[in-house]
Amino acid sequence: MIEIRELNKTFHLENSDVEAVRDLSLTIDDGVIYGVIGSSGAGKSTLVRCLNLLEIPDSGTIRIDGVGEIELRNGKPWLNGKRMTAREQNNMRRGIGMIFQHFNLLDRCTVFENVAYPLQHTGRSRKQIEKRVCELLTLVGLEDKTNVYPSQLSGGQKQRVAIARALAAEPRILLSDEATSALDPEATEAILSLLQAVNRQLGVTIVLITHEMAVIKSIADRVAVMENGRVVEEGTVYDIFADPQKEITRKFVSTSSLLGKLDKLLEENAELIRVKPGEMLVRLMFRKDCVGEHLLTTAARKYGFDLNIILANSEYLHGSPIGGMVGIISGEQDHIEEGLEFLRQNHVSAEVIRDGRTDAAGHAESVPVS
Amino acid sequence: MEELMQQVTPNLYLYRDKFYKSCLATVEMFWKAGLIAGVIGLMLGILLVITKKDGIAPKPAVYQTTNLIINVFRSVPFIILLIFLIPLTRAVVGTAINVKGAILPLVFGTVPFYSRQVEVALSGVDPGKVEAARSMGSGTAGLIFRVYLREAVPDLIRVTTVTAISLIGLTTMAGAVGAGGIGSFAINYGQNQNHPDIVNVCVIVLLIVTFVLQSLGNGLSRRTTNRGLLPRRHSAKEKGGQV
Repeated sequence: MIEIRELNKTFHLENSDVEAVRDLSLTIDDGVIYGVIGSSGAGKSTLVRCLNLLEIPDSGTIRIDGVGEIELRNGKPWLNGKRMTAREQNNMRRGIGMIFQHFNLLDRCTVFENVAYPLQHTGRSRKQIEKRVCELLTLVGLEDKTNVYPSQLSGGQKQRVAIARALAAEPRILLSDEATSALDPEATEAILSLLQAVNRQLGVTIVLITHEMAVIKSIADRVAVMENGRVVEEGTVYDIFADPQKEITRKFVSTSSLLGKLDKLLEENAELIRVKPGEMLVRLMFRKDCVGEHLLTTAARKYGFDLNIILANSEYLHGSPIGGMVGIISGEQDHIEEGLEFLRQNHVSAEVIRDGRTDAAGHAESVPVS
Repeated sequence: MEELMQQVTPNLYLYRDKFYKSCLATVEMFWKAGLIAGVIGLMLGILLVITKKDGIAPKPAVYQTTNLIINVFRSVPFIILLIFLIPLTRAVVGTAINVKGAILPLVFGTVPFYSRQVEVALSGVDPGKVEAARSMGSGTAGLIFRVYLREAVPDLIRVTTVTAISLIGLTTMAGAVGAGGIGSFAINYGQNQNHPDIVNVCVIVLLIVTFVLQSLGNGLSRRTTNRGLLPRRHSAKEKGGQV
């Protein structure tokens, strides 16, 4: 378990101070893939660098199972009540693997030598190192690239080498700093499945930093959303997707869902979403407790309204379905109201975005009803 | 060969023993001063890189002092440095003339330039690689030897070539304090005695040496870019089992 309490880190630049991490508390359970998402400058990279003390936080405590409690006193790290030496910091870093956006392999070393880097000068014999490196290269599927230099590898292969290198010293935790941000979609997917395999097979806890919601969606178990150095929202990936609370979270969620197009349509005031008098533009969200029933057609039949579906999206997150749609609903006023009420009673979240009853031209601002 | 030399460069033939001796003196100055300056310059260059503000062991006081000393010595023209250092040279090696007396000023003339070049070469190492090595638990020594020096090899070869060529230039000037060498031979036996063939041959010899050094440097630098100098193979025969 990683427990972060009231962590602070401020960078003092020439003209200004940047509070990269503010009063941040977070608990990361063993064996999970924990996503941290935020825009650039939100402090997520600093947060992850504080975990292995690449950045020394200003204040706060970090408790890591197998390491102990690191407490910051006057900007200096203390481990279990004793001032932490440089050597202790280095030893601690050996127990935490890290991978980077730009791989950061040593260009003048072969794949073998890169993976062997954390093993050398640690009292292991040549034989032991050779055996371990072979195991790791087999794990990441690059056993045939042993004597190749990084410049001869593709981006995805480089990241595989980096993962093998990060795992060499058998860490219990792997930090991933935008590890797929420089990769094409195919390589991204392959690297994400590899990370998932590492997590499932070896039980390595993975802290995954990203600005892409798709990455979180595909492999993370829990996610923390960061903004201005703070965690503004935290929960299981499903809950965050199904019911984002904060504006920034909604933005991230909409980037990975077809429904995100709605904002653009609204902005352009597209023909597609103009409502005639008496019609309503609504967004319906179906969660795991209501998907699987034919609620919509039941409601339409029962209350006699029509629905013109404009955008729809449904998917599985960790085995649970989640769906949503945007559509224009028309019919008799009372019936529409009753129909929406029926859906809400059945745990469908129904939000009226434009209400043709208040603005005939359909220019009405969003009128949230629910 | 001797006949040809006699015909084309009669004056050089006359002083050929002196010429050979001068060449040897230049070679001696070059490798002795070069070796000492190389070691000191490399160490100072490393010191500059690791102690600067965003280095791996920031020590502003050390950085600024080293920086200042290097700047001072770099701004003094070598011919003046030669004269200025005479008392020091005499105190340290006992004499300020001959090859022996030239080594110290040559070192002083080369070290500031070389350490600056080394600093630039090492600064070119991607900070991401340094960070990755830190994340794997490398300390200062590990970062210097396993990351900085290793990754910067092609650039280090390049700057060493440039420095070596400039050092040859300096050795010719050392003739001014009676160190001998090709430079003083060209002045004393060529220019002052009006023997243009001697000057010409000296120029050609220096040209060839410079050309060879530069080609060697370029070749080595290219060979070591994105790869090790010598092929290294590790057997992947041993089948990796379950991790």
